[in-house]
Amino acid sequence: MGIQVNDISKRFNNDFVALHNVSLDIKSGELIALLGPSGSGKTTLLRIIAGLEFADSGTVILDGQELRTKNAKERNVGFVFQHYALFKHMTVFQNVAFGLSVRPKAQRPSDQEIRRKVMDLLELIHLEAYHDRYPSQLSGGQRQRVALARALAVEPKVLLLDEPFGALDAKVRKELRRWMRRLHDDIHITSIFVTHDQEEAMEVADRVVVMSNGCIEQVGTPEQVYHHPVNGFVYDFLGNYNEFDGWKDKDGAVHLAETEIVEIPEETIVQASTQTGWLGRYPEISHVVNKVVPGLLPEKIAPVIVKKKKTIRRPPDATAVKLFTRPHEIFVSKVLDGDEYVTARVTHINPASALVKLELERPGGAILQAEIPKTVVDELNIKRGDMLYIRPKATRVFE
Amino acid sequence: MNNMSSTPIAPPVKHRSPIAGPPWFRLVLITTSVLFIGMLIGLPVAAVFTEALRKGFDAYADSLQGEYAVAAIELTLIVAAIAVPFNLVFGIAASWAITKFEFAGKQLLITLIDLPFSVSPVISGLIYVLLFGANSALGEWLMAHDVQIVFAVPGLVIATIFVTFPFVARELIPLMQEQGTEEEEAAILLGATGWQLFFRVTLPNIKWALLYGVLLCNARAMGEFGAVSVVSGHIKGETNTIPLHVEILYNEYNFVAAFAVASILTLLALLTLLLKTLLESKFSSPTRKH
Amino acid sequence: MRKFREPSVLPGFGITLGITLSYLSLIVLLPLSGLFVSTAGVSFAEFWATVTSPRVMSAYRISFGASFIAAFINVFFGLIVTWVLVRYKFPGKRIMDAMVDLPFALPTAVAGIALTALYAPQGWVGRYFEPLGIKIAFTPIGITIALIFIGLPFVVRTVQPVLEDMNREYEEAAVSLGATRWQTFCRVILPELTPALMTGFAMALARALGEYGSVIFIAGNMPGVSEIIPLIIITKLEQYDYTGATSIAVVMLLASFLMLFAINLLQSWSRRRRDE
Repeated sequence: MGIQVNDISKRFNNDFVALHNVSLDIKSGELIALLGPSGSGKTTLLRIIAGLEFADSGTVILDGQELRTKNAKERNVGFVFQHYALFKHMTVFQNVAFGLSVRPKAQRPSDQEIRRKVMDLLELIHLEAYHDRYPSQLSGGQRQRVALARALAVEPKVLLLDEPFGALDAKVRKELRRWMRRLHDDIHITSIFVTHDQEEAMEVADRVVVMSNGCIEQVGTPEQVYHHPVNGFVYDFLGNYNEFDGWKDKDGAVHLAETEIVEIPEETIVQASTQTGWLGRYPEISHVVNKVVPGLLPEKIAPVIVKKKKTIRRPPDATAVKLFTRPHEIFVSKVLDGDEYVTARVTHINPASALVKLELERPGGAILQAEIPKTVVDELNIKRGDMLYIRPKATRVFE
Repeated sequence: MNNMSSTPIAPPVKHRSPIAGPPWFRLVLITTSVLFIGMLIGLPVAAVFTEALRKGFDAYADSLQGEYAVAAIELTLIVAAIAVPFNLVFGIAASWAITKFEFAGKQLLITLIDLPFSVSPVISGLIYVLLFGANSALGEWLMAHDVQIVFAVPGLVIATIFVTFPFVARELIPLMQEQGTEEEEAAILLGATGWQLFFRVTLPNIKWALLYGVLLCNARAMGEFGAVSVVSGHIKGETNTIPLHVEILYNEYNFVAAFAVASILTLLALLTLLLKTLLESKFSSPTRKH
Repeated sequence: MRKFREPSVLPGFGITLGITLSYLSLIVLLPLSGLFVSTAGVSFAEFWATVTSPRVMSAYRISFGASFIAAFINVFFGLIVTWVLVRYKFPGKRIMDAMVDLPFALPTAVAGIALTALYAPQGWVGRYFEPLGIKIAFTPIGITIALIFIGLPFVVRTVQPVLEDMNREYEEAAVSLGATRWQTFCRVILPELTPALMTGFAMALARALGEYGSVIFIAGNMPGVSEIIPLIIITKLEQYDYTGATSIAVVMLLASFLMLFAINLLQSWSRRRRDE
């Protein structure tokens, strides 16, 4: 059952704009993530779809039916709250059964029917053995699953989840979101969840809706929004990045603006290794092109020919632009092997993951983040204090 | 010109929050509450002032200047001036011991401090009559040494201390429990002495609650009737506090005077509530508002 | 073995606990135990005869009856008042909130004469009931009104923080699961408030049982009709019947202890509920 959100606007207290002409088309059976920072309006949008909040203008159409005149009770949507909102004085069973047991007599299933249905759901969430426990006797992850089962018990047309994993610790969070992905693959209920965690959105959702300041910035598959962000906000929100000054030439190609040149006496002899390139013993002159002398063993001293670099200078009429690049798109080297680069000194190394995180400081004091495979770090023997050449492998420009 | 007319404005459908009641329901509840509070609490207050001014302002002023009225006011002030500081010291000491330390029997101690609240004021007076009265051993000994406690000012003071015993501690304990001991521990590690700790770290944190506790304690001390009535002996001009004087005037069918004297106590109560309301807006930081 | 106290770097444990315990013993515990000591001389038969004499029995009925009714009415209206104060915005709300505390702050004797002035047959309110043949002052109805007056703040101030803390998500969850507003109230809100309501009820009841000042003026104090227990104690004292006064006081005090115990249980229940 698809959902069409058309031109929804909402103000709070007549000044703060929570949503501004938001439109969204959700197909039946999709799992959608509303992603954005706090205050972006994502929770408000979810609550408007649920009927817990009301839009100033615009419509929500669920399964072809306009929802404006229906209140939350009549909409038949399942809602999972951030802090679960389980009824503390009811057992797990009673919580899950609540939605069925409050139906008017005529529509209420029999007690056996309710019992069967609730136990089925508890089986689905692997908590059938906990049916007579109280919420206080459950862990955070179990409570969240009970909240989900409770919402599913009324067979909602859509399932809405407000920061469903927000209150859980990192490990449970990961488990639970994989579980939710599988659950959705099984039952295929149209679902929308709100999150501020880009990793969560990417991992779970079919499509991600990136929001900021009450507007939708981009809608797309995780792949689309991550690799083809439409603007700086989306790019920024989906990950860490580095910023460089650059310029654009008349063909539209972009260049780094800050390539530095150091004059070096031509006779200088520096250490080289066939395997590692520069050992970096003389970082201040290391922008010399390495020339490997064939036949030399590693660690042997070899004379190296110093060559002056050709530098593409910024023409005075070129447009200045900002270039953005992700930490893992940074190429570092101890030798100069290209035209465009900046220098930076390693100030911190965090090797506690597959990609080693480097923090680098540029001569002006600007900080860069780079994520480099551990093998490369070992090979180049990068240490704190080393001077490196930095070249973005890929850059993006947002105008 | 901009195109201002293009967006069609949806017909205004008035939506309520899903959990708020329909307007008529709110109206019924608000009206019920206002009427209930007005009838139950507002009317008696209005009655006090109306009855007091029934024979005009002069009669009212005269009633307050009567010899016994002045003596009653003086006595009440004396009693409160002793009882309140006494309970202030107790309240601070008790809440310090209870909230800053962990020790066995703490919950029992809190319950015992609250005990005077659950005891009927009449019994609160009676226990002192039994303890210091003529037919107890202590009473006989006191009599032999010409010390009068019951049916005299000391008895009034002790009975008042009893009934106002928990007030200050009760305001401080929950607040100090919430605040924890981190700030004090930090101060100790920075080299503060015990008194510096109290006056420069703890007191600024609890001053408003302390003031509120003192206000309530004072209001009750000046207004206590039952306990004081038992130990007073009702000697006009000597052991009659304001509330006792009100009773005497009332029983003498001197209604205007009774209500005139009562109006002082009512004003005191209203002032206490006003200060309380002001203090509360100071208490509640913006983050606590919901 | 458990230590008496956990070690702490903070100073002042000895002196503050010393002050607390000595004040508590001298002012409260010693005199209260004196009450039990003085009944020790009385034979049980004599004690029993005193506390079950017809006049005292009817006073129990009046005191307990009026206190229970008053506490029930307070729970009902107290819940409405609290609900309105917490959930709605309306002009004059601050004043109403402050007025709830007035019975705490207003001396009981003042409340007593004011209520009598209102509900006496010629009073502001009483005169409208007089022609209907309903007497309020000088009957148990008057006593009940006085007890409602003094008990209301206990209910409101106990329920208010719980209702304020109650997460709106509970109600939203119930509504999104299809519950009507009435079902939401009965099955979600009320169970959450029950411990607090019961605590408020018990506190109002305990206060009402011992209340003296606000009741004696409006009660009329007719033996067997509108005479309350605290008044019987005073009357016996004035007749120098110390044994009689003490015996009845012991019964009352035991009732208070029982109430205090119940209140403590209820409060810890309520606190557990809220912490979960």
